[in-house]
Amino acid sequence: MLTLIKDTLTSQVVTLWRVFSHLWVKADTVEYPDEQPYMFPRWRGRIILSRDPDGEERCVACNLCAVACPVDCIALQKTEDEEGRWYPEFFRINFSRCIMCGFCEEACPTNAIQLTPDFEMAEYKRQDMVWEKEDLLIDGTGKYHDYNFYRVAGKKIGGKDKGEARNEAVPVNVRSLLP
Amino acid sequence: MILLFYIAGAVAVISTVAVILQTNIVHALIYLILSLLAVAVCFYVLGAPFAAVLEAIVYAGAIMVLFLFVIMMLNMGQHSIDQERSWMGPKVWIVPSILASVLLAQLLTVITQYDHELALTTVDVMEVSALLFGPYVLAVELASLLLLAGLVAAYHLAKK
Amino acid sequence: MTFEVGSGLSIGVILATVILVAAMLIWVERRLLSFWQERLGPNRVGPFGLLQVVADMIKIFTKEDWVPPFADKFSFVLAPAIIMTVILMSFSVVPFAPGVGVVDSNIGVLFVLAMASLGAYSVMLAGLSSDNKYALLGALRAAAQMISYEVFMGISILGVVALAGTFNLREIVLAQEENGWYVIPQFIGFVIFLIAGIAESHRLPFDIPEAEQEICAGYHTEYSGMKFGMFFVGEYLGLVLIASLITVLFFGGWLGPAFLPPIVWFSLKAFAFIAFFILLRAAIPRPRYDQLMSYGWLFLLPVSLLNLLITGVIILSTS
Ligand code: SF4
Ligand code: SF4
Repeated sequence: MLTLIKDTLTSQVVTLWRVFSHLWVKADTVEYPDEQPYMFPRWRGRIILSRDPDGEERCVACNLCAVACPVDCIALQKTEDEEGRWYPEFFRINFSRCIMCGFCEEACPTNAIQLTPDFEMAEYKRQDMVWEKEDLLIDGTGKYHDYNFYRVAGKKIGGKDKGEARNEAVPVNVRSLLP
Repeated sequence: MILLFYIAGAVAVISTVAVILQTNIVHALIYLILSLLAVAVCFYVLGAPFAAVLEAIVYAGAIMVLFLFVIMMLNMGQHSIDQERSWMGPKVWIVPSILASVLLAQLLTVITQYDHELALTTVDVMEVSALLFGPYVLAVELASLLLLAGLVAAYHLAKK
Repeated sequence: MTFEVGSGLSIGVILATVILVAAMLIWVERRLLSFWQERLGPNRVGPFGLLQVVADMIKIFTKEDWVPPFADKFSFVLAPAIIMTVILMSFSVVPFAPGVGVVDSNIGVLFVLAMASLGAYSVMLAGLSSDNKYALLGALRAAAQMISYEVFMGISILGVVALAGTFNLREIVLAQEENGWYVIPQFIGFVIFLIAGIAESHRLPFDIPEAEQEICAGYHTEYSGMKFGMFFVGEYLGLVLIASLITVLFFGGWLGPAFLPPIVWFSLKAFAFIAFFILLRAAIPRPRYDQLMSYGWLFLLPVSLLNLLITGVIILSTS
């Protein structure tokens, strides 16, 4: 009985007072439409397709992002230019299905697909949530300014295979066990 | 005032009849509660407010809640309604209702022939308590002993 | 028409005020809770979000009022009406200020208790007629909780009744004018009444009949539209009623220094208790069901009986 009363005083009443004293603490609420919240650079929001520093499209239509996507909302079709370099002919993301998980960004070998800190994507028509390549492709490099896939991977051009150009190392044979 | 009494009395009688005629047990209970409340109003009009409120608190408010509580546990479905309906044949109710109407006729003649004044003296809480703890203290104590026994028994059963 | 106890005008004004206050509490509660949780709460509709109540009302009135096909229609429709009626009836004996009230019944306290015990039917019928396991569980819990806590509620008031020597709530207030507020001699009674009152109106932390995390919404799981609205407003009405009763029984009703009119004193005191109830909701977690019951029967009952006994001894020895 006495311990119950003591517990009531020390626990419940103190709790009441602690909670009550929050009356003088400033609210954490950000009043959103009037006041923009700070968005962290690595926030996973609206998806973009970026270009490399030379202004070329980064995407090589490898389909890895489409495979990685857990809700299968990426659709793309490969095409080639005259040099045999791969491009997406179309690249379509259905944002009404996308869950902004960022797996596509993780999967992409060329840093082409990136998530940005923009979240204001509401539309009145669901069809407007399907974004095509024109909508996705931006003119900048996104989060990775210096990365250029073909500078790292090398590129086959007419008459010269990978590693045969001047100042170019032979590609690593990934199937060999030797270093 | 006396009109209120008759209205409340009529409500009590009608709802009690409805208790018997209802096949859905929950509805029957609601009518029973209504009847008890009507009786409470009768008490109040007759100048016994304490009895009226106790009727509402104890009978309508506590005992009937326990009835409802038990019904909740029993899961009465449509089948119990059908069963009730099948039991409620004319064979069952004709004899009791004839007997009851004889009684009612008697009651009505008594009421109409003996035209006595309703003594509307208000008996308030003070007087009731003074009586309970004065001349009737033995009955109160006995009742409390009975309740204590019930309490102990309930405690014992709950312990098991 | 004059404004006096029992006149049609005063009944109308009291009814309208009480319902309006109960509706406003929806907003008050959300705002206060949010301040205690370092948020802002609804502040968009109208100044300070005051019109949020109107928005909520429009929403509730225009929602589909759906009766499930498997429900027992009679009891299903009856249940929400009972709680509103019963609590509004209880307000009829509350003395708000000198000359403001509906009746001065000499069984006022008992009347409130009777109405509170009838309120249990609303919850039970709602749960029973919904034919839904969550609703049934909620109703079972509500029945046991309300019957038990009615007992302690009644016993805890008896100390005040014995001190004042009357069941009339207005005379209880007048008796406090001479003897001082009853919260001082009856502090234990006050605490028990407070706890039992919260349990009676099943507000958090004792909202076990509608504990969302365990049993959906408890007894009003199947309710929608205006019928749900009646339960919702009924709960706030119960809150206002308990706050008013505490004010009347323990804190001297409308009594207070003369620089404010009596009705303002009454409202201030009642609102302080309403705010306290909301604070309880913000701060105290819900107990388990068996804890609630054993706390009631094993702690509150003996303490309230002892309180009554000691009060009786003191009254007898001083008179
Ligand atoms: S963020 Fe996730 S869901 Fe959205 S497109 Fe990329 S992989 Fe698919
Ligand atoms: S965005 Fe990246 S992962 Fe997707 S197809 Fe293009 S290069 Fe491959």
